[in-house]
Amino acid sequence: MALATTRRAPASSFIGSVWRSTVGKKAVMAVTGLIMLAYLVAHMLGNLKVFFGAGEFNHYGQWIRTIGEPFLHHEWFLWIARVGLTVSVGLHGVAAYQLSRRDLAARPAKYVRKRARASYATRTMRWGGVILGLFIVWHILDLTTLTVNPNAQEGHPYENLVASFGRWYVDVFYIAAMLALGLHIRHGFWSAAQTLGANSPRRDRAFKIVANALAALLTCGFIAIPIGVMTGVVS
Amino acid sequence: MNLTLRIWRQRTADASGGSGSMVTYEVTGISPDMSFLEMLDHLNEELILRGEEPVAFDHDCREGICGACGMVINGQAHGPERTTTCQLHMRHFDDGDVVDVEPWRAGAFPVVKDLVVDRSAFDRIIGAGGYVSVPTGSAPDAHATPVPKPVADLAFEHAECIGCGACVAACPNGSAMLFTSAKVVHLNVLPQGAPERESRVLGMVGAMDAEGFGGCTNTGECAVACPKGIPLSAIGRMNREYLRAATRPR
Ligand code: HEM
Ligand code: FES
Repeated sequence: MALATTRRAPASSFIGSVWRSTVGKKAVMAVTGLIMLAYLVAHMLGNLKVFFGAGEFNHYGQWIRTIGEPFLHHEWFLWIARVGLTVSVGLHGVAAYQLSRRDLAARPAKYVRKRARASYATRTMRWGGVILGLFIVWHILDLTTLTVNPNAQEGHPYENLVASFGRWYVDVFYIAAMLALGLHIRHGFWSAAQTLGANSPRRDRAFKIVANALAALLTCGFIAIPIGVMTGVVS
Repeated sequence: MNLTLRIWRQRTADASGGSGSMVTYEVTGISPDMSFLEMLDHLNEELILRGEEPVAFDHDCREGICGACGMVINGQAHGPERTTTCQLHMRHFDDGDVVDVEPWRAGAFPVVKDLVVDRSAFDRIIGAGGYVSVPTGSAPDAHATPVPKPVADLAFEHAECIGCGACVAACPNGSAMLFTSAKVVHLNVLPQGAPERESRVLGMVGAMDAEGFGGCTNTGECAVACPKGIPLSAIGRMNREYLRAATRPR
C-alpha cells in the first residue's frame, strides 16, 4: 500500500475537535487550572498585607483598581481579570463535570474485591473541586459583592475581612476550603504538567516538588489570615 | 496447598455484569510450581469430572508475550506480582488463602463469559493508526534508515506493550490511555513512523474516545499494573504528540 498522498479535510473545527477529545478537554482543564493557580499566588501575596495594618491593606485594594492606567481606564484591568477568571472557572468546572461523567460511565460494573489505591490528593480531586466551587461562590458574596458580609462597607476591605473572620464557623469553612485547595494543587499542578506533555521521567521529581511547595505555600499563606484574626493579631 | 477461590461466573455476554455472580470453589492439591492458569486448569478438570461447566478464561502463549490472558486477582490486574497471569506462580500465595478472581471491568471490554472479555476495542484503536504504511517490494538495506540508539531504546520500551488490557482493568476510569500511548510513542519516535505522525495520534485518540474508554486523571494505577513496565510518562508523551498535531495549521 502506498502512503496516502491526499489530505483528508479536517472533520470539524480546531476548537470543536479539541473540546470533544478527552485529551483536548483535559488540556483545557490544565490551562484554566494553571491560570487560576497563577492568580491565587498573586492573590495570596497581596492578602498578606493585612498583617501590616488597615492603611496598607485598604490602599492595596485601591491600587488594584488603578493597574494599567493611564493605558487602561480606571478598573478596566480588574474587570479583565474578573472575566478571565470567570471563564477559567467555568471551563474548568464544565470540563471536570463532563470528563467525570464519562469516566464513571466507562466502568459500569464495579469490582467485588476493592483495594485502596492512589494518593489522597488524587482521589479527592472531584469532591475537592466541588468544595472549591462552593467556596468561590461564597467568597465572592462575602468579600467582593459584600452581600453576606456583616460589615459590608464598600472601600473598606480590611474592616469587612476582620468582621467576616470574627465568626468561628466562617473560619472553619475557610480553613477547610484552603486545605482542599492544597490537596487539589498537590495533584493538580503535577497532573497539568503531565496533561500538557511538559513532564518527562527526568523532570517528574521536580514537578512533584514544585506541586507540593505551591500547595503548602498557598494553603499556609491563606490560612494565616483567619488565624491572624482569631488570635487578635489582625483586628 | 489448598485455596478457596471465589470466581466470577457469568453464562452470557452482558455489559452491566448483572447476570453473573461470585461462586466459591475449594481447590485442593495445588503445587506451588503451578502457574495461576495451570491452577485453573486443575480446577476445571475437577469441575468436568463433577459434570459442571468449567471456568472460561482467555490464554494462548502461556509465556507472557501474547497478552491473551488476564484477570483481576484479589483486586489487582494479573494479581500480586508484576507479570502476566500465565506467568504468575502459586508460590506467591499461601496455603488457605481466599483468592477473588474477576474479569477485566470496563464498559469498552464487555464480558463474553466468566473471565473472558471482548478486547476488540483495542484492535480498532490499532486500526486507526497503530501501524506504519510501508511500500512493499524488495527488502530495504538494513541501515538505510539510521535510528540513534537512545531513540531505538525508547521505541522498544514502548513496543513491549502486549495489549493485555491490564491498564484499562486497573484504571478507576477504565481508560485506555497507557495502551494507546505506548503504541503512539513506539511509532512516533521512529523515522519510519514520521510520515503518519500527526494522523496516527489524532486517529488513535479519536478511536479510543469512540470506544467509550474513560479519560486520564493521571492516577497512575495503569503503570503499576502493567506486566511489561510501560512507564506513565508514555501518557505525557502522547499528550504532547496530540497537542502538537492538533495545533498544527492544516
Ligand atoms: C470550580 C471548582 C473546581 C472544580 C470542580 C475542579 C475540579 C477539578 C477536577 C475534577 C480535576 C481533574 C482531576 C484529575 O484529573 O484527577 C481538576 C484538575 C485541576 N484543577 Fe481543578 N477544580 C476546581 C477549581 C480549581 C481551582 C480554583 C484551581 C486553581 C488553583 C484548580 C486547578 C487545577 C489544576 C491545575 C488541575 C490539573 C489539570 C490536569 O489534571 O491536567 N482547580 N480540577
Ligand atoms: S497467555 Fe500469553 S501472555 Fe499470558
